[in-house]
Amino acid sequence: MQPIIEIRGLKKTYASGFQALKGVDLDIRRGEILALLGPNGAGKTTLISIVCGIVRATAGSVTVDGHDILRDWRAARSLIGLVPQELTTEAFESVWATVSFSRGLFGKPPNPVVIERILKDLSLWDKRDTKVMALSGGMKRRVLIAKALSHEPRILFLDEPTAGVDVELRRGMWEMIGRLRESGVTIILTTHYIEEAEEMADSIGVISGGRIVLVEQKAALMEKLGKRLLTLQLQNPLDAIPAELADFPLTLSEGGRELVYRFDTQNERTGIAGLLRKLGDHGINYTNLRTEESSLEEIFVSLVRERA
Amino acid sequence: MNLHAIKAIYIFELARTWRTLFQSIAGPVISTSLYFIVFGAAIGGRFASVEGVSYGAFLVPGLVMMSVLTESVSNASFGIYMPRYSGTIYELLSAPVSAFETVIGYVGAAATKSVILGTLILLTARLFVDFSIAHPFWMIAFLMLTSVTFSLLGFILGIWADGWEKLQIVPMLIVTPLAFLGGSFYSISMLPPFWQKITLFNPVVYLVSGFRWSFYGAADVPVALSLAITGLLLMICLAVVWWIFRTGYKLKN
Ligand SMILES: Nc1ncnc2c1ncn2[C@@H]1O[C@H](COP(=O)(O)OP(=O)(O)O)[C@@H](O)[C@H]1O
Ligand SMILES: [Mg+2]
Repeated sequence: MQPIIEIRGLKKTYASGFQALKGVDLDIRRGEILALLGPNGAGKTTLISIVCGIVRATAGSVTVDGHDILRDWRAARSLIGLVPQELTTEAFESVWATVSFSRGLFGKPPNPVVIERILKDLSLWDKRDTKVMALSGGMKRRVLIAKALSHEPRILFLDEPTAGVDVELRRGMWEMIGRLRESGVTIILTTHYIEEAEEMADSIGVISGGRIVLVEQKAALMEKLGKRLLTLQLQNPLDAIPAELADFPLTLSEGGRELVYRFDTQNERTGIAGLLRKLGDHGINYTNLRTEESSLEEIFVSLVRERA
Repeated sequence: MNLHAIKAIYIFELARTWRTLFQSIAGPVISTSLYFIVFGAAIGGRFASVEGVSYGAFLVPGLVMMSVLTESVSNASFGIYMPRYSGTIYELLSAPVSAFETVIGYVGAAATKSVILGTLILLTARLFVDFSIAHPFWMIAFLMLTSVTFSLLGFILGIWADGWEKLQIVPMLIVTPLAFLGGSFYSISMLPPFWQKITLFNPVVYLVSGFRWSFYGAADVPVALSLAITGLLLMICLAVVWWIFRTGYKLKN
């Protein structure tokens, strides 16, 4: 199936001369949740802003469901909803008015039923007549989401949707994003919270210094780059790794009370059986053992560090 | 054509007027009443008439024009400056809305408000003086043309300004003085010849003169010239707006 968004050779140099994007190629699959991870200043917001028509690209092309964002801008933009990074809301309008306004702006006839459903989904229904400026930060964020959803877009961009949102609200937002995905909306979100990507995303894109470092399905990524650890709690602490075990990548921790074995998930043969046999041969007894997978966070940190 | 978007912007902008109804309408109506009391009643007694109409009646078209000019500029400039200032302009820029549709929405709303305002001032004036309208069609035409032109000017100002000071200073230092010196309170034939010449560089003179002609059939300058100058101003403003959107001036990085 054709990707819903195709980005080719996208570059952006700001008027200041700063090059924020240095040639980005990216395909976004229909109906998936793509998490764009990257440190501050990586170019996430710039990339989103270009796709949405807020910033002009210096070079390259973007198509949205086959529509070029410049030649066929009306069709392209009608498909997209954007929740910006900054909490920029009107002040004096009611929640209802500002959300209805957005729907009209995107060319849809008024539809109170849709607006009502969106406000209820976002727990804003009770606040529909409240002026936006009287809302808390978390609620303003949800108003922005409601505005972005008001015209029933096929693609939703969320630029750091949960920055500064407390844990409980964050959970609620994840659930909402999950429901949207089930209804077939393609979702692109940028985030600092790796756990967020880990929890929700189908694909992970890592952007750093204006370049896409990698895009991969989450499961494949964890598989490919993940490391696993086997930790053995020893009955008798060791001072050093016995010479007989030098072939294995082992380290001691917890003051010699734990033996940690690191192995690649990609290897068919983990070597665990061999290790355990050798331990038995040398009379090293353990009381407990556990395995751990490295988190996306560790993968991410090592990736960005590698390229820096 | 994204008609829903035009409607959304138009209604949204008029709703802003509605919220601030008191400042929007009461202010100009009260100040007009004051002008009549001061100029019409206190000073007007000394001039029997200007160009065959009582001074009070002579004032009416000028006062309407003055309010319409300044309010059009300040309203339209505020309407587009506000989203730029607060950042909500992102939504407009990302929406499937053309420049033309944006302008119709914003400028249409500001001009509508000015026409309503002008009508209210006329009604208020009627309480103070007796006047007649010789060419009602042209009266409405001049009123609408002026409202649209100066709302466009306000729109341009709202995009150009990068601070509240600039937003205020242009109406204060340019529009208001031009309006005051544009023959709102006097016929330019009352001026010394040298100042008469200078005054002709003020475009407001043509607007006021044409508008007054639609009331009383007499004008400082030929009415066709008034119409031509108003049309020219409109074209210039349209061209600037077109250029702004084509280049993304101050709107897009
Ligand atoms: N309008 C601008 N003018 C100049 N530089 C900018 C502008 N906007 C962003 N930048 C720079 O571009 C880089 C990328 O910014 P951004 O896309 O906002 O990154 P991110 O969203 O990943 O934090 C940053 O170094 C930022 O300072
Ligand atoms: Mg950002």
